[in-house]
Amino acid sequence: MSVETSQVADTNSTTPATAAKPSRVGMVANWADERLALGTAMKKQLRKVFPDHWSFMLGEIALWSFVILLLTGTLLTLWFDPSMGETTYEGTYAPLRGVHMSQAFASSLEISFDVRGGLLLRQMHHWSAMIFIGAMMIHLLRVFFTGAHRKPRELNWVVGCLLLLLGTIEGFTGYSLPDDLLSGTGVRAADGFMKATPVVGSYMSMAVFGGEFPGDSIIPRFYIVHVLLIPGILLALIGAHMLLLVFHKHTQWPGPGKTEQNVVGYPLLPVYMAKAGGFFFIVFGVTALMGALLSINPVWKYGPYDPTKVTAGSQPDWYMGWPDGLLRIIPAWETHLWGHTVSWNIMIPILIMPPLMITILMLLPFVEQWITGDKREHHLLQRPRNAPTRTAFMVSLMTFYACAWAAGGNDIIAIKLHLSINQITYFLRAAIFILPLIAFIVTRRWCISLQRHDREKLLHGYETGIIMRSPEGGYSERHLPISDTEAYKLTARDRDQVYVPEEVDADGVPAPNGRINALRARLSKLMFADNIQKPTREELEEAHHHVDEEHELQAAMEGVPADGHQFDGIHTVDEERLRSDD
Amino acid sequence: MRLLNRSVGRLSRHRRGRLAGLVVLLLGLLLTGGLYATLAPAQAGKAESQEELVKKGRELFLVSCSFCHGKNGEGILTKRGDQLGPPLTDVGAAAVDFQVGTGRMPAQQPGAQIPRKNPAFNEEEIAALAAYVASLGQGPAIPEETDYDIDAYLESQGLKGDDYKEAKEAAITRGGQIFLSNCTACHNFEGSGGAMPRGGAAPKIRGVDSKYIYEAMLTGPQSMDTFSNGNIPPDAKRDIIAYLNALDEQPEYGGWGSGGLGPVVEGMWAWLIGLGLCVGAAVWIASHTTRSSKKPSKGVDA
Amino acid sequence: MSDAHDNSLPALPEEEPIPNPGLPEHQWRPTDVDPKAEKRAERQVASYFVGSMICTVLFIVIYVAVDEDQTIAGFGASNVGLGVTFGLALLGMGVGLIHWARKLMGDHEIVEMRHPARSPEEDREVTLKALETGTEESGILRRPLLRNTLLGGLGLVGLPAVVILKDLNTGSYDVDQFYHTLWGATDGDDKLPKMRIARDSIGTPILASDLEIGDLVNCVPHAFYDPERYGLTEADVEGHKLQVEKSKAALILLRMEPDDIKPGKGRENWDVNGIVAYSKICTHVGCPISLNERTTHHLLCPCHQSTFDLADAGRVVFGPAGRPLPQLQLDVDEEGYLVAASDFVEPVGPSFWERDYDER
Repeated sequence: MSVETSQVADTNSTTPATAAKPSRVGMVANWADERLALGTAMKKQLRKVFPDHWSFMLGEIALWSFVILLLTGTLLTLWFDPSMGETTYEGTYAPLRGVHMSQAFASSLEISFDVRGGLLLRQMHHWSAMIFIGAMMIHLLRVFFTGAHRKPRELNWVVGCLLLLLGTIEGFTGYSLPDDLLSGTGVRAADGFMKATPVVGSYMSMAVFGGEFPGDSIIPRFYIVHVLLIPGILLALIGAHMLLLVFHKHTQWPGPGKTEQNVVGYPLLPVYMAKAGGFFFIVFGVTALMGALLSINPVWKYGPYDPTKVTAGSQPDWYMGWPDGLLRIIPAWETHLWGHTVSWNIMIPILIMPPLMITILMLLPFVEQWITGDKREHHLLQRPRNAPTRTAFMVSLMTFYACAWAAGGNDIIAIKLHLSINQITYFLRAAIFILPLIAFIVTRRWCISLQRHDREKLLHGYETGIIMRSPEGGYSERHLPISDTEAYKLTARDRDQVYVPEEVDADGVPAPNGRINALRARLSKLMFADNIQKPTREELEEAHHHVDEEHELQAAMEGVPADGHQFDGIHTVDEERLRSDD
Repeated sequence: MRLLNRSVGRLSRHRRGRLAGLVVLLLGLLLTGGLYATLAPAQAGKAESQEELVKKGRELFLVSCSFCHGKNGEGILTKRGDQLGPPLTDVGAAAVDFQVGTGRMPAQQPGAQIPRKNPAFNEEEIAALAAYVASLGQGPAIPEETDYDIDAYLESQGLKGDDYKEAKEAAITRGGQIFLSNCTACHNFEGSGGAMPRGGAAPKIRGVDSKYIYEAMLTGPQSMDTFSNGNIPPDAKRDIIAYLNALDEQPEYGGWGSGGLGPVVEGMWAWLIGLGLCVGAAVWIASHTTRSSKKPSKGVDA
Repeated sequence: MSDAHDNSLPALPEEEPIPNPGLPEHQWRPTDVDPKAEKRAERQVASYFVGSMICTVLFIVIYVAVDEDQTIAGFGASNVGLGVTFGLALLGMGVGLIHWARKLMGDHEIVEMRHPARSPEEDREVTLKALETGTEESGILRRPLLRNTLLGGLGLVGLPAVVILKDLNTGSYDVDQFYHTLWGATDGDDKLPKMRIARDSIGTPILASDLEIGDLVNCVPHAFYDPERYGLTEADVEGHKLQVEKSKAALILLRMEPDDIKPGKGRENWDVNGIVAYSKICTHVGCPISLNERTTHHLLCPCHQSTFDLADAGRVVFGPAGRPLPQLQLDVDEEGYLVAASDFVEPVGPSFWERDYDER
């Protein structure tokens, strides 16, 4: 490779280090090192280089949200009572005095009205949970669209998918803890889901609830899952996620000075400690302001959970919106076999689709590798347009998700947009199949046309917006060559290679798995079909030669204002005079 | 222009300008009208008899309501057999007071949901219409204030001080539980409204006059069920209204409630505000800072 | 680049069209070259930190001075005050740190070399050798009896943790419980009266003559309010027992024109003067329903929009519910109060595997 890295600075200081008497900090460090070999452990970590781009910080939003959840959650546990034992409320909130409720609900009221800052804690915790899952999702999308899930990061991708799944379950158990009417209705629905499971459903329902619904065990059980089991697994998985990130080093965008073998960026100490630490405070601050100014889950208005009461607009939190939406639009499919009921109308949206989606997500890097046959390590990112089929596939999944999500809020959409809730359901039943297909086609063609535009830029330069008229009367637009930096950026991508199976080996023995290999080859061809590759050196030289010829013909225009150079971003525009100034 | 007074000096010739007559006429009209308004005998000040009220109501009814509801309130069917306007024979004065008082009636067009709008009639006219429709059959009467207002009721019972406060709080608590059992399924946990089949909606019931809430429960407007006094007794209705008013008077403890529509709107804020601000901050953090074309004066190696 | 051992990919053209131009020349920031700008940036960062400190102090002041009752602009003053001061304190720290990093910390780009994810060959060999030696020394490959019995033991020893989960429910697992609600509490006992229907949250039983056409009543068994009358005790209808009964016995009554009713087979006498009774619990996943469109007697569930026609034996007319809403046979007792003629004839609520399709 042609990058000369020996001349690049590895420090920002201006004076050489000098020996000095050990300070107090130095003595502490010495004590620790004598027991923990910190010098070796931290050797490479302190000045570890991270590349800089805003899209690399989306996962950080999730990480810091998790920390905020731990902090606010731990404080909440100091006051929350996870018991379903019945009590008569005689606390501060007058409209519920004398009402029978569980201890869990009563303690939630106490936190909201008697603990100063308690309502703030509850609201911060809830907002942070929503941001946590949202950040994981946009982080997943960023990683996928830029190809950062490819080797060697497939395992990290799987860990990430598990984090998303666990985060969702954590959120569900969490907002069910106050045992209020809205979340209790959700728990009732969960009971319905369990009961719909074939063969073991009824027993599962009675086991989980400790008897018939609602029983007296579900809230304490959710509690221990929410504060111990899942956070423990989450911590372990987040640790693994970070460890893999540090080991593999972060990916980077291709550009001048960046190669597959290096990482270019800023050091952990001090820049990233400051930026990441500062970002933690900013995410925390945003959460606090939302907790201060935007009300969320006002449990005192819902009242305690009562199986005879319900509110219009009963929805789970947003991240469970898509399975709820599927549950709303599915037709009433229920079959009866020999005295047993099989509820497809519940099994498909809840028991089949979510595990299927998660499995598909987790398998994506492996399927991609199988189709493309690409076993190289990748540390440089791809622009989404340079992987049209992959980008289109994810956009298609996103469209499906969006249709299901909209279905989950169909009653709110109906009253806000004055539509018929029945029509919305009918529309979405069709749209959920048609729209993803349209999205796939449109996205793929869009990416390819962007690739085409890039190729045009490489070969013919950029459009200056200056229209020339030849003496014969023909119009043409003046193009100027792009800078070397930009040209390099546009060509810093791999060529797509269609997988060609080996039909027979050197001795004429046909390969096993013939049919699967043929399928693989076909899929690979479909994946890369129509993709525009970067031009070869010959094509570039030919194009530049062509451009030079054109410039010769236009030599008379050089030096005159409106020769286009004022728009190349390098020359200043101040001294230029327009023709009308003459 | 001819009308301009160019000969300023010649006062005598222009003492009566061309417009003078017009001006005198206008002044005369204003004077006459004003005198009439101040001195003319007051018309609708005195109480009318019930008969007169019903007669007046009938006149108003024929002009404004009979197109859809029939000349005698018998209802009109369309050619297809759907209802243009339902029969009003047994809806009672309470229904009229509610429908016309909230401006729903006269409706601009039939539909799944007749919207609330500015009332077309004033209080006397509504009373007249109500009297007329009440005369058509047997229906619930307009409630008294002690029926729907907890404060008026408790005062009429002679309660004061702590007894009053306790009784009112107990009413609010009871009302909340009855509200959650009967009303929230359609109108949502804090009365913000909810969706009904085929384009209908249970409207927002916050900030609505207590009398209208009572009447709506009693008469079951449009597709709402009736909650007659045999279904929800009158004192229970009063408790529900007391609870709704308590919700209105309550501060929003946790901040802006976004219209009280629940998790869908909360999720929207989490994305737009929460993630929006955080991603915005990320863009700021990683953005290139200002650059200078100068070099530092102190000796530094690149 | 890593290995090109994969024969199925053709060789890549080695020459890239444009060579890597290398890292661009570093451009200085105004704070690097202008001492005044540097000082100003320092002051800005410091003021963010100081602002944060002030906000923290304000937080403590508000915590002490503002109590839960006070409001500001219609919002809870304590929540708004504590949250805004805390939020600004945090933002002050964050913005200060970021500003410091962007304007004052060194910002030369630094290069670090990567290492391949694969471990080097020597390490692999050493590790493999160690694995081999260790496995050989354990003898596990040479001793199939030990290996198989070890696997057998390990496989089973975790089972107790799974087995004891059966007692997650210390009560009965009998699915028959799903088929009984409190409406049938006095079925089969001639000495006890039939279960009256009571107004939910109000508690009074309902006379058939109370209801007008169009009335929708949310009801529960009268036993919730007067258990002794039906041979039950207070303990049977309180606490979580009450919740369990509520989740099955919630009921709605609707009075409509008798002519509008299309009775189901064998249900011609299930209504009383046009008053019909249905379970309030949706047959989809169990949400309570009481959104009734009076003009069409369609009952809409708020959770997933299952719609039932109450004039047609609770038939599903829209939405994902798979079964009609269970109807309760109504009767009138000697004093004119509405009573349940018997328990439901089918299980209420969500479907489950053992549920028979035909009614009993």
